[in-house]
Amino acid sequence: MSEVQQQGGGGKGDGKVRSKKSSTRIDMTPMVDLAFLLLTFFMLTTTFNKPQTMEIIMPEKPKEEEDQPLVNEKKVVTLLLSKDDKIYYYQGITDPTVEVTNFSKDGIRKILLDYNAAIKDMTVLIKPADDSRYKNVVDILDEMNITNIKRYAIVDITPVDKNLIKKKDGGETATK
Amino acid sequence: MGKIKVHRTSPSLDMTPMVDLAFLLVTFFMLTTKFAPEEPVAVDMPSSTSEIRLPDTDILTITISKTGAVFFNMDGNYTRATLLRKMGAKYGVEFTPEETARFALLPSFGLPMNALKGYLDLSPDERKQVTNQPGIPCDSVHNELQDWIVMSRISNPKLRIAVKGDGSANYPAVKDVIKTLVDRKVNRFNLITNLERTAKD
Repeated sequence: MSEVQQQGGGGKGDGKVRSKKSSTRIDMTPMVDLAFLLLTFFMLTTTFNKPQTMEIIMPEKPKEEEDQPLVNEKKVVTLLLSKDDKIYYYQGITDPTVEVTNFSKDGIRKILLDYNAAIKDMTVLIKPADDSRYKNVVDILDEMNITNIKRYAIVDITPVDKNLIKKKDGGETATK
Repeated sequence: MGKIKVHRTSPSLDMTPMVDLAFLLVTFFMLTTKFAPEEPVAVDMPSSTSEIRLPDTDILTITISKTGAVFFNMDGNYTRATLLRKMGAKYGVEFTPEETARFALLPSFGLPMNALKGYLDLSPDERKQVTNQPGIPCDSVHNELQDWIVMSRISNPKLRIAVKGDGSANYPAVKDVIKTLVDRKVNRFNLITNLERTAKD
């Protein structure tokens, strides 16, 4: 860049006045210092990970007097998200047997895959309890994505479900 | 003395390629860097495997902090000014042009309407001191968030709504926001998450 090659061009003794070799050299050190300073600064401040997003479509608010589609209760799996990252799940609606699992790979994912294979046109109801955290909801939606379950909905928890959790918890401590 | 003199120019190496590269990188980073505006709350987003990227423009962000306070942010300086005028008209709060201009440049905020004017009158340094914003009211009794949503959708019909929640926020706070959105017929919205680290599973 700043170094101009002095060799070549013309014979040796043509009597041209040449500039001295060292005169064209610029001391680039300060410029390089500055360049690297800026480089370091921008490298450290840049964040490449743009946030990801998860699209979610909530069901429309039902209008009054409009009949809702009926679902076979045998095909409904309900997941109750509770505190301490616990998931209570059951199949069907009347007199269900509640089981507990967690968010690990062998927990809810395996269960969902099993249910999905066993039940055709399964519908999953996700009911986050009041003491669940936002992370649980995102995690379970993510599991729906991973296990490729298309029919699911986030529903408000009912008192019946709260009782089921309580009953399950009570039964567990009694057996211990 | 018979000493062999070292050639003067030999130890200086040619730095040109290095400088070229350094400046190339500097230019690259300078052009790609976008400074994130300072947010009033730090939000630790949950991670997911979703790989949809959030678009850059026409985004309305509703932030839910760890404590459940709701913050509102929208991009587009011009639409923000329109939004503030509409909100002021609805709630009977008069905003001066200076306040509107300041609002247009504000990062996300979580204040009820009656406290917003006082907040905008503060100097930028004083505004940074306000660390505990109460959040926009969005319960069933007093819901200002729905007005913000409706008015911003009028100001910018192309708007997409994104919810950015802290992973450890309690669900009822999130439920209130989602309920507000569904009530306003916003059935399709985005949840902002981090990318799941694949090493985890």
